[in-house]
Amino acid sequence: MSEVTMDGETLHLHGYTDATNVKQVPTRNGFGEGLVEAGLKNKNVLAICADLVESTRMEAFKKACPEQYIEIGVAEQLLVAMAGGLASAGKIPWIASYAMFNPGRSWEQVRTIMALNETNVKIAGAHAGVSVGPDGATHQAVEDIAIMRVIPHMTVVVPCDAIQTKKATLALSEMVGPVYLRFAREKSAIVTTEKTPFEIGKAQTFREGTDVAIVACGILVYNALIAAEELAKDGISARVVNNHTVKPMDTAAIVAAAKDCGAIVTVEEHQIHAGMGSRVAEIVAANHPVPIEFIGVQDRFGQSGDPVELIEHYGMGTTAIVAAAKKAVARKG
Amino acid sequence: MSLSQDALTQLRVKANDVRQGIIRALEAAGSGHSAGSLDMADIFTALYGSVLRHDPNNIEWADRDRLLLSCGHIAPVRYSAMANFGYFPVEELLTLRKFGSRLQGHPERVTLPAVETTSGPLGEGLAQGVGMALAAKLDKKDWRVYVVTSDAEHQCGLHWEAMMTAGKFKLDNLMCIIDRNFIQIDGSTEDIMPLEPLGDKYRSFNWEVFEVDGHDMGAILETIEKAKQVKGKPTVIVANTIPGKGVSYMEGDYTWHGKPPNKEQAETALRELQADRERILANV
Ligand SMILES: Cc1ncc(C[n+]2csc(CCOP(=O)(O)OP(=O)(O)O)c2C)c(N)n1
Ligand SMILES: [Mg+2]
Repeated sequence: MSEVTMDGETLHLHGYTDATNVKQVPTRNGFGEGLVEAGLKNKNVLAICADLVESTRMEAFKKACPEQYIEIGVAEQLLVAMAGGLASAGKIPWIASYAMFNPGRSWEQVRTIMALNETNVKIAGAHAGVSVGPDGATHQAVEDIAIMRVIPHMTVVVPCDAIQTKKATLALSEMVGPVYLRFAREKSAIVTTEKTPFEIGKAQTFREGTDVAIVACGILVYNALIAAEELAKDGISARVVNNHTVKPMDTAAIVAAAKDCGAIVTVEEHQIHAGMGSRVAEIVAANHPVPIEFIGVQDRFGQSGDPVELIEHYGMGTTAIVAAAKKAVARKG
Repeated sequence: MSLSQDALTQLRVKANDVRQGIIRALEAAGSGHSAGSLDMADIFTALYGSVLRHDPNNIEWADRDRLLLSCGHIAPVRYSAMANFGYFPVEELLTLRKFGSRLQGHPERVTLPAVETTSGPLGEGLAQGVGMALAAKLDKKDWRVYVVTSDAEHQCGLHWEAMMTAGKFKLDNLMCIIDRNFIQIDGSTEDIMPLEPLGDKYRSFNWEVFEVDGHDMGAILETIEKAKQVKGKPTVIVANTIPGKGVSYMEGDYTWHGKPPNKEQAETALRELQADRERILANV
């Protein structure tokens, strides 16, 4: 357990620095657990499935709340449009598929029926990022944050581990409005604990630092923490910000990172173009310009491979983050 | 066109080779889709071995027939058929789904041009087939377009837009072949989202409909030949298949949709397939 405090509140983080025996759980499991809890709490919470009940972890909900579960087959546009209808009659539908297809295939339905129309539909985008692995580029969503964050009214959340994904699922079920929750397939490190607070729209400082701020989201927050540990050995003090809410982004936390540290590295399992890091850059450019380095997929498609191999290949491993941080610090001038 | 018994036997043996290649590739990959790949082995063998106008040594041949695999997840059957009909060495199948391989988890045209198009996201093949068939008509060319689709792809809206369009343009150079195995990821197609009466749906969209046992090589070839004779309409062949065909413990079990055999399971499968092969040869 590492005792980090933020605004006087302790974050109760897991001991994240021991890479060898850290507990690993897929973030999608957190979604599955959160969904069951949300469904048991409120019978208006529905789960609509497009032929991926096990992969998206809707299976437990199907068992626990059978009357609130709807299967529609391989039809992601229907998923959104039908959920819009259900939501306008007071239901709170969670719709799930791979992020590539929902919201990938259903983008215009999301824009019109969920966002412009302001309906209370919740998208769960599973298997996001290159860490999907052997399925290859067709199934590796690395543009989904971009296409969701650009739509007005959307809330976009990318939690850092399974425990936080569960909390996010519950919080997003309770807020009113269109939502995109993104999570991944593979096991990833648990960095928070049950007691770690979670609030939509509020970034969390997981590690204090003054030379450079590493602003990360999703499962790569763990890599950011390990990178910060490495940087400390070289005398560089790195702040690590878990920037789980991509929209609406915590402007104050980003501006503070720029002012306090004078350099930023953004880290996401997504195209660097138009993703979380781009939003950070927009905020920084408008408020307090400092050098920024971007870790993510560099305008390329993914490919088949082992998940860890792909994270390294696409420059999102710890070494790449350390190098980017050093470069950002050097650019301070 | 009716093939000699000898030629038919040869194709059946090839289909067996294709199945063995699928098992080896999936086992080596450690992930991937078994059921649909195995159940389309006879049809892919018929296509590459007898139906298609193609040349593995000249994949850019402008007058080649186009074969599109819409349900890209059953890539192993296409890869194995391609390897067994001379597109690349059979050993390359063991690179399936691995980093740097041309045999991506789902087919990609940029890495392996002979697959004609990138697929995996369901429901997109027929629409591209319509475009290709229209191009052939515009250019007054006689090459044909074959689109292999799964049954669950009929839950995707785009597929129906394409069906309607093929009817409108009377694309008799377009043939759709459906892997009617009645399974999808979450269970039976008829429980998840009923498709029947499937043939009637095509008929009402102005298609000519055929049905065939997807594991009867002679019938497959005969039906495709009949479908090729149809004028003024697109044609569809509903191929009734058994998911996992050829491997006893997989047959009919939807849970094999997206699982590979492990080492032991692969050995059992290869033993069964080898016995099948000997049976095919003994019947000559
Ligand atoms: C647009 C889209 N949505 C979801 C998926 C995930 N997926 C892969 S295969 C499949 C359905 C499987 O059924 P079928 O296509 O009939 O193939 P079979 O199991 O018979 O091989 C689904 C939903 C996908 N590939 N594309
Ligand atoms: Mg099927």
